[in-house]
Amino acid sequence: MPIISVDQAKQEYDVVIVGSGAAGGQSAYTLTLAGLKCVMLEAGRNYDPTTETPMFNTPNQAPLQGNATPDKSFGFYDATVGGGWEVPGEPYTSIHATPGEEFRWWRPRMLGGRTNHWGRISLRNGPYDLKPYSRDGLGFDWPITYDDVDPYYTKVEMLVGVYGTNAGLENTPDSPDGVLLPPPKGRAAELLAQKYGKKLGIPVIPIHRAVLTKTLDWKNIPAKLHPDDPKSQRIVTSAMQQRMACFWATECGRGCSIKANYQSTTVHLPPALATGNLDIIPNAHAREVILNKSGKAEGVLFIDKQTGKEMRVKGKAVILAAGACESVRILLNSKSNSFPNGLANSSGLVGKYIMDTVGADVMGHVPMLENLPPHNEDGAGGGHFYSPWWLYKEQKAGKLDFARGYHIEMGGSRDMPGGENPAPDDLTQGSYGKRFKEDARRYYGSFVGFASRGEMIPNEDCYMDLDPKVKDKWGIPVARFHWKWSHHEINQAKHAEKTFKELIEAMGGKVRAPANPGAGKSLWRPGMIIHEVGGAIIGSDPKKSVCSAHQQTWDVKNLFLCDGAPFASNADKNPTLTIMALAWRACDYLVDQARKGNL
Amino acid sequence: MQWVMAAVAASSLPKRKGFGAAPVEKKVGEQEAGGKQPPRLASEGYGVDPKLTTPHAPGDFWPLILTDTQKRTAKALADVVLPKDDLGPAASELGVVEMIDEWVSAPYPQQMGDRPVITNGLDWMEAEAHKRFNKSFADLDESQHQTICDDICYTPKAKREFKKAAEFFSRFRSLAAGAYYATPPGWKAIGYIGNIPLGRFDGPPPEVLKQLGVEQTVD
Repeated sequence: MPIISVDQAKQEYDVVIVGSGAAGGQSAYTLTLAGLKCVMLEAGRNYDPTTETPMFNTPNQAPLQGNATPDKSFGFYDATVGGGWEVPGEPYTSIHATPGEEFRWWRPRMLGGRTNHWGRISLRNGPYDLKPYSRDGLGFDWPITYDDVDPYYTKVEMLVGVYGTNAGLENTPDSPDGVLLPPPKGRAAELLAQKYGKKLGIPVIPIHRAVLTKTLDWKNIPAKLHPDDPKSQRIVTSAMQQRMACFWATECGRGCSIKANYQSTTVHLPPALATGNLDIIPNAHAREVILNKSGKAEGVLFIDKQTGKEMRVKGKAVILAAGACESVRILLNSKSNSFPNGLANSSGLVGKYIMDTVGADVMGHVPMLENLPPHNEDGAGGGHFYSPWWLYKEQKAGKLDFARGYHIEMGGSRDMPGGENPAPDDLTQGSYGKRFKEDARRYYGSFVGFASRGEMIPNEDCYMDLDPKVKDKWGIPVARFHWKWSHHEINQAKHAEKTFKELIEAMGGKVRAPANPGAGKSLWRPGMIIHEVGGAIIGSDPKKSVCSAHQQTWDVKNLFLCDGAPFASNADKNPTLTIMALAWRACDYLVDQARKGNL
Repeated sequence: MQWVMAAVAASSLPKRKGFGAAPVEKKVGEQEAGGKQPPRLASEGYGVDPKLTTPHAPGDFWPLILTDTQKRTAKALADVVLPKDDLGPAASELGVVEMIDEWVSAPYPQQMGDRPVITNGLDWMEAEAHKRFNKSFADLDESQHQTICDDICYTPKAKREFKKAAEFFSRFRSLAAGAYYATPPGWKAIGYIGNIPLGRFDGPPPEVLKQLGVEQTVD
């Protein structure tokens, strides 16, 4: 299996793929199964979840009981390797008017990227989400419709395995019958939220997550994914057989050694490698896309991090899938006489319209959940229920002071304890000794959290460029972020906080944080929901967009953007599933163009 | 995307990963507006790529700093806060003192902030025991321990002269509990059942649903 070193690279490949996460993984999968020879550059090290995942390790076996530190910002056992909010030697900078608007950028440095630790929440964008401008006159329409993406959502769901139900709710698309895996049963706090949410008119339903609640139907799915292609079917069948169903223990954020959830490293890359058409070069930090004399991309210039030397790989086409902001940085750093302001930037829009998800959280204490008989609520290693946005009609009627919606993620607290005080002083009134231990047992599991994850509207104030002074350790100019929320995001966060207060109180509970729900104080800093997309938006007019409906840059026709960079809007739905669906679609087009000799 | 919400960790946030973004921010040098580079992190920690599958013990990554006397006081106090009883063993039997030592010895901002609180507090406890009973804190009997602890166990009700000691006690109790319940015997004490592979997930049992007045809505 070819994880190769730089000097083993072939003279030329069909396609150079930068990045190995959801976008790079899907691109490699689609292209190599179609027979194209690909090389993948990954800035981090090789990573093998089957041997490196701390599946059952307990908090007391980790330093600081696994608590987060600047080295491991999501806790010791989080799968992320080599980075986080900061990557040693690779800074970024920020310009922002208020301290709460400093952009934070999450970057792992490992094969599979963020897919190793992500929340696995896999929601389809709905028809409204691709035509937001047509609905309310804000932001941009995509040059594609839901019908264009729908079949690719279905293919991705069948390939990676997603649990959930079809609820038939507005702008919350159903999947075809038989595609989704069975949803897990509701936990105590989730069922309670469902009951009291109903009284407030908030639907609480099973969420969609990329976790196998049963083994994939490897007898039938491969033929649906790859009709008339026995070789691909054989490879995909074998890869699916390697994946076990969830055994209802261990958090997905650690990764999964039994391959029960989606990681690029366990789902996309094994079949791609099995084709024999993929070489992966780890520790390869992409710097620039190189052009030939006729203005076409001919490969990628990168730093071999083990030697610090600049190296090149060549391909007939290049896919950037490094994560939206890293791909934009590569474009901006690819300067030439024909592109003095960065590659594919004749529109001047490369770097513009960066979006994150709007996140606000409220946490409460619900006495009804105290002293419940002990029972196992590990479940699928993440949330089981959520609320899709439910106020489309009110919004359309102008009853809300923000234009786009949010979904609600929720959870109780009967998860693995350790590393924090389970019985806060104000509840225990300072108990210690046997009484404290009884209090800990009483309050354990009685806390609930609600988190809004909402749509941000692209605006002129939120963008990135290159810092004119700061360079990374290899001398490459770094990303500089600029940010200012609009009233839509701030008012949305306020609405969410008020809603969560109502929900917690309806459950008979009391809000614990933030202190003054409704003021929008829990709004996360930009970047911190780690849904940053945009920066090279898709469109139908080369003057108003960077790439076409097939994510092919207008200026360089053999250069494709397959991560979140082309997003023209950022619906409340978590972007990963859409990134994969669109990468598959773009790569189908690339394959077709290659076959026609158009690259 | 994950969710820990450690900003309010003291208030026991749910930290179920996978239901939202879970960022934990370091507290060093809140950045001012402008194009400054984000602050660099402490270099003597376990780094950004520690081996995760191997069990680690206090002292593996950085030297421990508590003195023998401080450790002796910490052991006695941890067992006052979390004694052996029908719910489980005493704190010191579960490595709680070593975990607290590791915590206050760590090179990270949050832990470095806790260091003087805990070390000064342990020294105060020892001095207070000598002052009141002319003995080491570790050598006091149960009622003598209580006499001191009752004065400092709840900050809002502590007398002015004990406020600082009460702040220490609160932090110590929090760290001791965080360590105690990080162990499988601690899980048993608190009522956590999990971290074991199951063939199926049944959700809460009938008695839980009944107590809450809810029904299971997923087949």
